[in-house]
Amino acid sequence: MDLRFGIQLAIIGLTFFMLINASALLVLAERKIMGFMQQRYGPYLVGPHGVLQPLADILKLLMKEELRPKGADKWLFTLAPILSVTAAFAAFATVPWGAETTLFGLLDTPVKLGVADINVGLLVVFAITSMGVYGIVLAGWASNSKYSLMGGLRASAQMISYELAYATSLAAVILLAGSLSLREIVDTQSGAWLGFIPRWYVFLQPVGFIIYVIAGVAETNRAPFDFPEAEQELVAGYNTEYSSVRFALFPQAEYINMATMSAVATDLYLGGWHGLPFLDAYGLSWVTFLLKVGAILFTYIWMRWTLPRYRYDQLMGFGWKFLFPLSVINLIVTAALVIYFNA
Amino acid sequence: MPEVVTFYVLAGVAIVASAMVIGQRNPMYSVLLLIASFAALAGLYIQLDAPFVAVAQIIIYAGAIMVLFLFVVMLLNAPQEDAAEWDRTHPLRRPGIARFGAALAGVLILQLAYALMRVNELAAPVGGQTSAAAVSSVRELGRVLFDRHAFAFEATSVLILVAMVGAVVLARREDGS
Repeated sequence: MDLRFGIQLAIIGLTFFMLINASALLVLAERKIMGFMQQRYGPYLVGPHGVLQPLADILKLLMKEELRPKGADKWLFTLAPILSVTAAFAAFATVPWGAETTLFGLLDTPVKLGVADINVGLLVVFAITSMGVYGIVLAGWASNSKYSLMGGLRASAQMISYELAYATSLAAVILLAGSLSLREIVDTQSGAWLGFIPRWYVFLQPVGFIIYVIAGVAETNRAPFDFPEAEQELVAGYNTEYSSVRFALFPQAEYINMATMSAVATDLYLGGWHGLPFLDAYGLSWVTFLLKVGAILFTYIWMRWTLPRYRYDQLMGFGWKFLFPLSVINLIVTAALVIYFNA
Repeated sequence: MPEVVTFYVLAGVAIVASAMVIGQRNPMYSVLLLIASFAALAGLYIQLDAPFVAVAQIIIYAGAIMVLFLFVVMLLNAPQEDAAEWDRTHPLRRPGIARFGAALAGVLILQLAYALMRVNELAAPVGGQTSAAAVSSVRELGRVLFDRHAFAFEATSVLILVAMVGAVVLARREDGS
């Protein structure tokens, strides 16, 4: 009992550690990939090939003075970044990231890789990600600055609009798997059709997967949907007035949210940790998982540096008039097919 | 014992936050306190072995409805209420109406006390299910909702649709016609 408790705590700590490092790694990856796409080197001076650049960035941000505008709301201005980053970390709490493992034979009974495994795990992820908008909206309002306010307003409107399509695409997967537990959803995707096509839901739900990825980009406020912080229009949007650590928490929350979105996409559509049997044999199923998450994260960064930003009314029109109806049709067709094949 | 402690902490947070919602002068703070109160309620649902209801509470109230509230408060840029501006001529602030409200509150308290005293005589929870596991199961909940309570469910959705259509009609009404 005590050993299991200790191991569970260790897994929680490890997950937290990985998320913190994911944000640092993503900053580096983003700058390196951007450099590659623009035919230059990107950060190159700190450490070999610039790999220690995130450390230098963090150190610099910690040393900066914390500023607060005179007219800002004292409490909410401090609370906003904390809320943002707390929601980002908490959302990962029910995301499983590996099969049951005995840690290479160290344990008698296998442990589940993931912080918590509860039967409504998917809904918990959705509930907590939808709380993430408060951090941004409050930051925008509490700064008492017109650019920040505009950024906050855009964030709330955008997130309300895209949450619908996002949730509806999730519902189609829930229908297929017949479960709300992420671990069970992953386990229904093991094996293969005809011996070589993996039983991933991306093949049953291609439209749902595309909707999920697009809505995910909008939910995490990434380009081409980065309206809350559109530099050319709003200086830096909701975080214009922030500096030092308080500022650092916003990008950190954004990168962790990206990691969560990709991890959930992997669990829902790409078969989670299934797919590379030779790794499973060594208890390394989580490596498969990390590879898939990495691939989706690369796509995120790729999109950011390839596509130009939309216009704000285009974003709203696209969300409400195209993406949401499409996801509803996808849900209805899925439901009809599930009933047809199960009856 | 830990259950009792968490219950009192969550209940305390819910009550204090709800009381402060109406005590705040700044509408922004009221919205946030209401969210805190909803979160504490969700915690109570989890303690009652109903994780699905708890998550639904967070998604619907804290995640969707309160974001809209916040959006409206920000858009209207509602000013801070000031005690000096207390306007006694406002139709809703006349002494008679205040007394009527107080009487209603008294009736509500009596009703609650009566209900709480009879709590032991109540029948089994949701749809005659007795075990906590059956009540917390999403499948059971859905079955009860669409089977036993189908009429109430449909009536509620029609009600929401009417409210939505009404809001659209009000918003799109032409001026001066």
